Order: sequence, then structure tokens, then C-alpha cells
Amino acid sequence: MIEARQLTKRYGDKTAVDGVDFTVRPGAVTGFLGPNGAGKSTTMRMIIGLDAPTAGTVTVNGRRYAEHSAPLHEVGALLEARSIHPGRSAFDHLMVLAHTHGIGRARVTEVIEMTGLQAVARKRAGAFSLGMGQRLGIAAALLGDPQTIMLDEPVNGLDPEGVLWIRTLLTGLAAEGRTVFVSSHLMSEMALVADHLIVVGRGRVLADTTVQELVLQAGGDTVDVTTDDPAGLRRVLTGPGVEISGRPGSEQLSVTGLPARAIGLAAARHGIALFELTARTVSLEEAFMELTKDSVEYHAANTLVGAA
Amino acid sequence: MSTLATRVRPVRTTGPRVARSEWAKLWSLRSTWITLGLGLLFLVVVGTIAALQYRSSANSGQPMDPDFAGATTYSLALFGVTFSLIAFGVLGVLTAAGEYTTGMIRSTLAAVPKRLPVLWAKAAVYGALAFVTGAAGALLAFVVSSAVLSSTSVAMSLSDAGVLRGLLGVGVYLGLVGVIGVALGSLLRSTAGGISAVVGAFLLVPGLMSLLPKSWRADLTPYLPSNAGESIFALQHSTGSLSAGAGLLVLLGWTALALAGAAYRLKKADA
Repeated sequence: MIEARQLTKRYGDKTAVDGVDFTVRPGAVTGFLGPNGAGKSTTMRMIIGLDAPTAGTVTVNGRRYAEHSAPLHEVGALLEARSIHPGRSAFDHLMVLAHTHGIGRARVTEVIEMTGLQAVARKRAGAFSLGMGQRLGIAAALLGDPQTIMLDEPVNGLDPEGVLWIRTLLTGLAAEGRTVFVSSHLMSEMALVADHLIVVGRGRVLADTTVQELVLQAGGDTVDVTTDDPAGLRRVLTGPGVEISGRPGSEQLSVTGLPARAIGLAAARHGIALFELTARTVSLEEAFMELTKDSVEYHAANTLVGAA
Repeated sequence: MSTLATRVRPVRTTGPRVARSEWAKLWSLRSTWITLGLGLLFLVVVGTIAALQYRSSANSGQPMDPDFAGATTYSLALFGVTFSLIAFGVLGVLTAAGEYTTGMIRSTLAAVPKRLPVLWAKAAVYGALAFVTGAAGALLAFVVSSAVLSSTSVAMSLSDAGVLRGLLGVGVYLGLVGVIGVALGSLLRSTAGGISAVVGAFLLVPGLMSLLPKSWRADLTPYLPSNAGESIFALQHSTGSLSAGAGLLVLLGWTALALAGAAYRLKKADA
């Protein structure tokens, strides 16, 4: 469980994370989504205490990360930037981390096998490909058998097989009751693994929701209707919770709040001919773009008010 | 699917465990072997060459080279201390600053988020290693040089007064240089910066003292890290220099100062 309360990070006059509140719960994969520069990595660095918050707090299982007596047992983290000495072998790197917690050699061998690094474990990590580097980072994250796994852009640089492996790993970890927190700037990737989504833009939380809800919010329940009697159809469909829009003079209407089936039946009952009846499916990607675009507009509008 | 098959035994970070990790860090890098080997080589080889030079000069029947005036087996054997000091200091810097230049520091501090134990462990583990290597190198240099010089007028043996204590003092000096290297590397977070700082403090500043007014020079010079360090292992103490004990105290003061700066930055600044 990760809890952020009014978490803020400023670098000079640039605000990277701006009063963020969220809770990441165990037993589910929570996606941390936002465009590049939204403050995802900074937030994750604050969770494990690499950066100190300018204001606000973030706790892991009720305490600040540094207050735990066995930090690697609380959170296993893979950060976006490489966090290894290139001159050290993968095995030695893991051993160095294991020693700090008194974790044995057997466990190191085990995470090496889990991440498929057996063949290269004795090679210098500096010679690793991006994908192997990611696997080593994940091996380090799993080392302490952590309650919470936090991965920053884990699929970066992985081949399709590696991407599939990560997905299976993440859902497996969540199924074991662990807290899984994964960042990405790719909505399509998140849609496949995340149960819950925290969307950020410009350092603020834009949405804290489930995948389905996000699609719904973004207009996923809109139906496009084309008819030769738009005015008649408007009269027939009008009711509580129903919104109808369309350009004057156009035969096309957009209806929200009614399923396509109800619209078709109502039109048939009143003898109104329909040429098209399409439930508009909004892809997660579109929903995400819509959200982050709004955040940009919000900031732009703010500037205008300030100027006036 | 069970992703984390073995339940890891109850784990906890402790000071000795962090030290164990720092020990493993040192020996898993090739640079440690190379630099430590160089430090040892400088001590023994330079001392041996100095002893051989002295012997051939003494045996030639010509007037003694003025560089060798007042030389003893002890001083000739330890001719290489200044050179090996650079190797020990540089390795200290690499040990600490290398964490930042490679990004390893993020893994290190994720495992030990209280941070300061990492600095103490690094300083203690590397300081101890530099002490042992330095003392062993000094001993070896003395044994070889005394064999070379056994037939000359400056012959000395290990049992002579103060020799063993002095050779141990060389280890103490090089150990503290190593710790100062760790502190400066950690403080500056840059390999180049840290090495410059070590070289500057131990090799350049003494030379710059000649720019000071004469009265200040005499008062300040004994307290420089290099002069204080040399008085720890000097057999004869001239009037202007500190005693071994005072030299040790002064160098410990410099070490504490560097460590305090490193600790402050480690604790306060984002990694």
C-alpha cells in the first residue's frame, strides 16, 4: 500500500509534482500513466526516498520508506534510469544488494532464474542490452520478496516476448496479494495489465479510476445516429440523463445516455427512418489523450485569466 | 503462478550487513585490484629503486648525491609513500564518486534509505583495507630496502627503535588518505573533481605554501594534511614538525571535516 498526501516536488520555480493525492492498493495492478514529464518518475523517486518532497508526505505500508528496518522487503523498485555499476557482473550486483539485508546466495540465484538471466549472470552488466538491463533491474526489485513492487516504464526496450513476460509477472504478483505500481506513457500497454489507473499530467492527478470508467468518462457511451428527421428523433429521445447534440441542418446526431438498442427501438416505434446507428467505441488511447489535452488547456486558460 | 517461490528469511539492514555489502562492492570491481596493486607497487618498487640508487652511489666512491643527504634505510624504503598515496586516495574517490557517475547510488540508497550507514561503512571498510595494504606495503618496502642496504653505513633492521611503529604509521596515513578520498568523492559526486581535490590537498597545497609570508608558513605548514600525515610515521621529528601523536590528531581532524561535509550532502541532497 502506497499513500501520497499533497505530495509536492519543486525544482527551483519548476513544479514537477503538484499536490498529488493517491492510494495504491494491494492485490491489483495500478497503472501510473501520463505523458513524458508529467512527474511519474519524480513521484516514484520520492516514494523510495531518493528525492525529498518539498511538501506533503508519501508512505509505504503506513511509514516513510526510510523508516522501515528492511526496506527491500517493503518495496522492490525498478527505476527508469540505470542503477547499476557497469563494471560489476549481474550476479555480483545482486549479491551486493542482498548483503545489505542478509539475503542469501540461494535467493540471488533464484531471481536470476526467474528473470532468465542465467546465461549472462557472470558478464559485466555494462555490456547488457536494454532488455537485459531491464531484467536485471526487475531481478533486483524482486530480491527482497517485497510486498510492493514499483516499476518505472518496465517495458521500455523489451522485445515482444519480454513484454508478455512482464505482463504475466505483474498480474501474477498482484494475484498473490502484492501491491503493484507500474508507470508508463503508453495507454495501450496499461490497458492490458492495469486494473486501476492513476493518470497524471503536469504534476497533477487527472484521474484516479478504473480502465472501464475512464473509457466511459471519455464518451465511451456515445451513439452516432443518422436520420432523415433529426428534429423528430430529438423529440422522441429527449428524457432525463439523455444528451443529444448535432449541427443544425445536419442529419447526424450524437446521443449519450441511451444504448443503441433503445434508440433503434424508439425510432422504429415512431416510424423514423435511420441510416446509421453506431455505438462509438473510444479507445483507451483516445480517452487518455482527451484527459491530458484537457490538462494542457486548463493551464493555458489559467495563464489568460492571470494576464487579464 | 508463484513468482517469489522461496520465502526470504526475515531480513533487516544492520551496520555490519551494509559493511559486508561495501566489502563485496570493492572486490567485485576490477578497478579495485588494479589501483590497490598500483599503490602497493609504488611503495615497494620506488623504495627499492631508491635503495639501489643509494647503494650504487655509496659504492662508486664519488661524493654522495645531495638528494641522499641524511638518508636512512627507513627514509629510502619509504620514498614511494607520496606516489602510492595518490593511488590510495584515487581508489577512495572512485569507490564513492563511482556510485554517482554510474547510477549505482540509486540501487544503494534504495537498499539503505537511511543513507548515512552507507558512508560510514564505505569509509570504514575501505579505510581498513587501505591501512592493511599500506602497512603491508611499507613493511615489504623496508624489508627489501634493508636487504639492499645491509652492507652500507645506513643499514637498519626491523628491530631498530621506532621502525615497526613507523611502518604501521604509514598504514595509518594511507588508510586515512583513503577515507578522505571516500569523503571527497562522496561530497563532490564526481570522479574528476574528487581526484583533483585529493591531489590538490596532498600534493599542490604544500607547494603553494611558499607564496605565504615566512612567519605564517612556519606556523601553518605542519598542520597541512600531508605534513601532519608524514609526521605520523617520521622517525626523527625536526623542530618545525608535529609529533607522531599530534600529527595523527591533526590528520584525524581533517578526515572528520571531510566526512562531515560528505555526510551533510548525502543526508540533505537528492540522490
